[in-house]
Amino acid sequence: MTARLEICAAGPGLTVQDAGFLGYIGQGLSRGGAADTRALAEGAALLRQSPDLAAIEMAGSGGTFRVTRDARLALTGAPMQATLDGAPLAWHACHAWPAGAELRIGAVQGGSYGYLHVGGGIDTPVELGSRSTHLTAGLGRALAAGDSLPLGRDPGGPVGQGLQVEDRFCGGEIRIIRSFQSDSFAPEDVTRLSETPFTRDPRGNRMGVRLAHAGDGFFARGGLTVLSEIVVPGDIQVTGEGAPYILGAESQTTGGYPRIATVIPCDLPRAMQAGPGAPIRLALVDRATALAAERAEAKLLQALPKQVRPLLRDPREMSDLLSYQLISGVTAGEEPSP
Amino acid sequence: MTGAWPKIRPVGLTGLLVSFADTLSDPANRAALAFRAAVEAEAWPDVLESSCTLASCFIRFDPVETDPEPLEARLADLLAARDWYAAPFPAGRRLWRIPCVFGGDLAPQLGDAAQAAGMSPAQAIESLSTARTRVLTLGFAPGMPYLGTLPPAWDLPRQTELTPRVPVGALVLAIRQFVLFATTAPTGWRHVGQTAFTGYRPGADRPFALCAGDEVMFPAIPAEDYAACEADPSGLGGATWEVLE
Repeated sequence: MTARLEICAAGPGLTVQDAGFLGYIGQGLSRGGAADTRALAEGAALLRQSPDLAAIEMAGSGGTFRVTRDARLALTGAPMQATLDGAPLAWHACHAWPAGAELRIGAVQGGSYGYLHVGGGIDTPVELGSRSTHLTAGLGRALAAGDSLPLGRDPGGPVGQGLQVEDRFCGGEIRIIRSFQSDSFAPEDVTRLSETPFTRDPRGNRMGVRLAHAGDGFFARGGLTVLSEIVVPGDIQVTGEGAPYILGAESQTTGGYPRIATVIPCDLPRAMQAGPGAPIRLALVDRATALAAERAEAKLLQALPKQVRPLLRDPREMSDLLSYQLISGVTAGEEPSP
Repeated sequence: MTGAWPKIRPVGLTGLLVSFADTLSDPANRAALAFRAAVEAEAWPDVLESSCTLASCFIRFDPVETDPEPLEARLADLLAARDWYAAPFPAGRRLWRIPCVFGGDLAPQLGDAAQAAGMSPAQAIESLSTARTRVLTLGFAPGMPYLGTLPPAWDLPRQTELTPRVPVGALVLAIRQFVLFATTAPTGWRHVGQTAFTGYRPGADRPFALCAGDEVMFPAIPAEDYAACEADPSGLGGATWEVLE
């Protein structure tokens, strides 16, 4: 019998995600897939498996899960409270998951999207080359309590391993470059975009996040009459009220709101992960700088499997876990309650 | 056309956009369709995918693997190879006839739209059900077509308030275009017709029924015939098609 992952309780934003749909923009389907693609690569590195396998993306809060056979799990992306049969689990790490043991994942402690990976991946049917749920396009639906998902065959591999992960869950500097509609804005407005402190507005989802700021809005010359044109993830769309909106994996494929600039692909996970209220600065860089950053990111992703290290102690036996600062700026997964 | 068009511009770090105009016109849309077909026929290994928007062709590549300059040079050569505005349509396009109920409970804004266009409801149905439109682009949701262009009387602005939800198969209208909904979503366009046509059919041999460049007509049917269209096991709502040219 196929091993299954059972969802006993679910937050509202649980979906199956992988790298998304590639090759369907001509049919009106945007990439979709994980909001934080880097977290997918980290989970694959921890479990020593293909980054093409699907995981569960958890927006804001997790749920309660069991597996029907002994399994392995990895937790990546925005850190959340996690326990296995009551014992705290380190985040950015992989662990043994005995059949029937209750995995409880609570609220996000910073950032927006946490990921639960299972050895062998979530093995729901592939459609249009992906297992991803694309809510905007009406493909699939959010997971709910009572759902039972098939798991792929897990040839086995490490557990009790961790990754040092940079804190990319609290906003910060997001690099942007000019795109084909940047000239529809006054040059001083494009410059002002780089000088304006923004915060991530509470309004945001997998389609995109709105940026809030004090002062004047950003307005294209010619207003809202531009012809609808291609939209790509990372585009910064400016709506009628003058607020920039960074479009994410589930963006539309064409749109009429002008795009002032675009986030470079390797910084898009950071933009999507920024939690409500997180500070964001948009740093305009030239193409050469952007390309160098992209190449460096590709190398980093390739090197991820080599950076997986054994956790020093089994966190399930650590009664003093809260005192361990495993990663600069982020604890291993359990914050003291306020 | 002014001398400024066509032009090639970067789309962020991951694409190039070959645009034929900055306003929608029949020649610009034809040029975009024909140019995309030519790009696809070249099958360049550094082109990951392409698509058509209303008056442009988008080409995506991997910025880490691909240097855009030689790709851009090849696109410029292809652009110079012919007058794309006068290019014939790509081969293999289809003419679709999709039965549609105009007005009534299924499509409650036909009356508003007719009034805004200065027609009686009967005149509006006559005009809309005989219009032969073309899929200008697919977008917003999988398999969801923008269709145009309708006669000038249908140059209606978008509504200021959103209709919270129209069903799959809804035919909505604004700015001399139809959109045929392939998903359930809010819209600022007027809901003038209802079809049982599903633009995206998971698992079907051809999951996206329509292609950019296909032509579509919406013959009017009485509301009592709608149930039969809904019962069409193909999911195409009683639609028929023939290959053009």
